[in-house]
Amino acid sequence: MTLPRIEYNHAYLDEQTKRTIRRALLKAVAIPGFQVPFASREVPMPRGWGTGGVQVTAAVIGAGDTLKVIDQGADDTTNAVSIRRFFERVAGAATTTDTGEATVIQTRHRIPETPLAEGQIMVYQVPIPEPLRFLEPRETETRRMHALQDYGLIYVKLYEDIARFGRIATTYAYPVIVNGRYLMDPSPTPSFDNPKLHRSPALHLYGAGREKRIYAVPPYTDVESLGFEDHPFEPQRFSQPCAICGSTGVYLDEVVLDDRGGAMYVCSDTDHCERTAAAPAAAAAAAAERAPSRRAGAYERAHSTRMHTFDEQEGAHA
Amino acid sequence: MSEQALLTVEGAGHRYGERFGCRGVSFDLWPGEVLAIVGESGSGKSTLLGMLSQRLAIDEGAIRYAAADGRALDLAQLSDREIRTLWRSEWGFVHQNAADGLRMHVSAGGNIGEPLMATGWRHYGRIRERALEWLAKVEIPSERIDDPPTTFSGGMRQRLQIARNLVVGPRLVFMDEPTSGLDVSVQAAVLDLIRGLVQELGLAVVIVTHDLAVARLISHRTMVMKDGAVIESGLTDRVLDDPQAPYTQLLVSSILQG
Repeated sequence: MTLPRIEYNHAYLDEQTKRTIRRALLKAVAIPGFQVPFASREVPMPRGWGTGGVQVTAAVIGAGDTLKVIDQGADDTTNAVSIRRFFERVAGAATTTDTGEATVIQTRHRIPETPLAEGQIMVYQVPIPEPLRFLEPRETETRRMHALQDYGLIYVKLYEDIARFGRIATTYAYPVIVNGRYLMDPSPTPSFDNPKLHRSPALHLYGAGREKRIYAVPPYTDVESLGFEDHPFEPQRFSQPCAICGSTGVYLDEVVLDDRGGAMYVCSDTDHCERTAAAPAAAAAAAAERAPSRRAGAYERAHSTRMHTFDEQEGAHA
Repeated sequence: MSEQALLTVEGAGHRYGERFGCRGVSFDLWPGEVLAIVGESGSGKSTLLGMLSQRLAIDEGAIRYAAADGRALDLAQLSDREIRTLWRSEWGFVHQNAADGLRMHVSAGGNIGEPLMATGWRHYGRIRERALEWLAKVEIPSERIDDPPTTFSGGMRQRLQIARNLVVGPRLVFMDEPTSGLDVSVQAAVLDLIRGLVQELGLAVVIVTHDLAVARLISHRTMVMKDGAVIESGLTDRVLDDPQAPYTQLLVSSILQG
């Protein structure tokens, strides 16, 4: 027996829900970095898999939009593929893996290496929106601290890092002050990506489904990563280039090759990696020199192992 | 010494529903003065302390505070932000249970550094230097600076809490039974420390205690409370040596004589 196909409203959510989310988004854009509560709905995926991001995307995506979904920087992981398919089906959205072509980019961990442009919207899936949560468990108290701009506590976290490791060891969810006012958690993006937020021409929207909060960084907003005078913010750096495409100054993933400690470091942004690798002449030749003979197979293997790291990250934030 | 009282309390009271937790309390606290509030449990002394420190609302009467910049502040009229500013810069609060006043999973250095960072210190090296100075002042070995208070003994925790409160150089410190949770020898050491620091820094202190010996040891003046009202107040030696009110007489006579 075949059941009739269910017809969903455009972009899955009903129109009223999308309106409430859009209202929350407008408020969030009006007060950069402020966490706006919203009535988070059920979407057909478990909480913790990006329900906040999916709801924000559903509220902003229109007929003319092209959607890109990345997870750990990769377009081809389970979650990225299924969210992309979901919006193809329920919103009839055009999808792409090309950062330059996308108008809406939903992401979990990364900001693409390709510089963002005006008119693009980044949508982040946020697990824990409150940057003070692990220092101050009371929500009433953290809200008060935001209201009074009482942010001494976040420096305690940085102090503890330096006391223990000799440097600020926080490498993801690195706290920032937005527009000189609100303390914000840029979600679990690596601190490597923090500088990309500062005066970015794109609109950045953050949705936390489980915690029912939305916040935003409008285009061209100051985003300052915190630090001490004698221990300023240092984004992560990588000493070697990507083993596949030879790019330098990009965020790299470690890919374990065997059980004897062998590993290779490749771009976390698959779109950037593919295009750089495909680019003719100099770049490709340089890459071939660095990653001899194994290149073709290594690429496949490198990018198919990402699904495991996704689960590990998820566990770390649960 | 200034001519102005630090804290002026006039007929202040706090209400729990229909009932007053304390009522009709009036006194002046002068800079550098240590005031003990004694009384049995339930007498309203902690309510009074909560009200003075603005953790509880003033439902009746008025409390005025002379700020460092010379302004006379009516505490009931201050906004949350102004109260927080006072907390950060001019007031301290030492809890009976050190765990209430410390961040138990943050290192000792971080605990002392937090009030500094809250008042705008942004230099790690200087924060750490100041933390070490204060650890020395409260006699905690400097090599414990990176250990969390969970690994500290009760007396050390209490001393750390005192350091955390005094590091920003407050003018007024509230203490709620600071030694009650400690055993006798440690109590003596902590009291000794408090007494020394109070003298050295010229602090004004309001200390709540049910232990008359504590009042005798560190306070200049004593207020005795019963059923939410002040029944007797005066110089500590006068109150303890020549108690006037029947309840105070009972309290004094119930001390075990060694």
